[in-house]
Amino acid sequence: MATGTAIDPIHQFIVAPLAQIRIGGVDAHFTNASLFMVIVLLAITFLMIVGTAQKSLVPGRLQAAAEMAYEFVASTVRGTTGTEGMKFFPLVFSLFMFVLFSNLIGLIPYTFTVTSQIVVTFALAALVILTVIIYGVARHGMHFLHLFVPSGVSPALLPFIVLIEVISFVSRPISLSVRLFANMLAGHITLKVFGAFVAMLLGSGAAAIIAPLPLAGIVALTAFELLVAFLQAYVFAILTCVYLNDALHPGH
Amino acid sequence: MATTDHGHATGTEVPGGAHAKGPFPPFDPATFAPQLIWLALIFGALYLLMSRIALPRVAGILEARRSLIASDLDDAAAMQRKAQLTSATYDKTLADAKAKAQGVAQQTRDQLAADSAAKHKTLEAELHAKLAVAESAIAQTKAQAMTHVTEIATAAAADIVAHLTGKPADAQAIANALASAKA
Repeated sequence: MATGTAIDPIHQFIVAPLAQIRIGGVDAHFTNASLFMVIVLLAITFLMIVGTAQKSLVPGRLQAAAEMAYEFVASTVRGTTGTEGMKFFPLVFSLFMFVLFSNLIGLIPYTFTVTSQIVVTFALAALVILTVIIYGVARHGMHFLHLFVPSGVSPALLPFIVLIEVISFVSRPISLSVRLFANMLAGHITLKVFGAFVAMLLGSGAAAIIAPLPLAGIVALTAFELLVAFLQAYVFAILTCVYLNDALHPGH
Repeated sequence: MATTDHGHATGTEVPGGAHAKGPFPPFDPATFAPQLIWLALIFGALYLLMSRIALPRVAGILEARRSLIASDLDDAAAMQRKAQLTSATYDKTLADAKAKAQGVAQQTRDQLAADSAAKHKTLEAELHAKLAVAESAIAQTKAQAMTHVTEIATAAAADIVAHLTGKPADAQAIANALASAKA
């Protein structure tokens, strides 16, 4: 990387095509983003399918990790939506693992963070909201609209409350996707800026003495970003559960 | 579609400098279609792999472990019940045997006591009989002896009288004297 592009924290988010693919006139390039989606898929598959292949009674490390992931998501789903919500467990589990592995793999230097693309996080959020709407309407019909009409509200306030409820529902996919996207984007930009700062200080003569400071900052930030990577995946999963709970039990 | 082609063209033709002029990469609409297509494919594959293979397998592993632990615990409880039952049976057998032994000992003791009492009684009776026989013999001998005493006393008195007086003694007088002395 040339010195001119040393501080270019945006470069890491560029989606660059690796192979030209067109399907019926639609651009379907295999990009670096697609490559890392495949890597995420392979990593999850390795953990959850290769890791559990032996079906040992006393699990090894990989199987223990797979079981832990299973139990963790299962208890989250069960705790938020009740046993009824377990029909959505595969969806929530896939979302959680996809987001978690995207975030974690993205923390490795020179990798691409799949979840730093708003279109990806928005697609995942839209998948959740569409599932909520389709299941809610299929299961409860018009009763699903009670989601927007809380019980025990005075008729004078009702239109106002319904408006707020509708706005809050509509903003859900936006908040769900932007939260994850912004966290990943900001974290990676910060890491990049601090890293470039180290390089700049080292190349600036006497000021090189204080170069370890931003380096220590990177170490601390990387630890923090690990936490954020897990936390955002967890937040995504638990909010998915909360929204699905609305589809299961509207009118609460 | 025009924007897609345009964005794609800038992305491929000038990879080094395109991002500086182009839109902020995450908001570049040119990348939306390929990303969505690949996301749909890959997330779909992930969902299928998880829901069809991975999650049922992990659920199976956990269920197998849970049921094995439960059945092991049941087995352990059954074994414990069995052991307790055996222990109770053993205690009962032991108590029975003790009671039986005590019974036998008591019986033997009673029998021995009865035997010895019976023997004691017969012996006593025998001894009493012997004593009675002996006493009667003594009494007989004494009576006999007493009759002889009269004869001897008569003879001795007659002899003494004859010796003292020099003449034969009056038998009648001696008999009278003896009778008065006896009385």
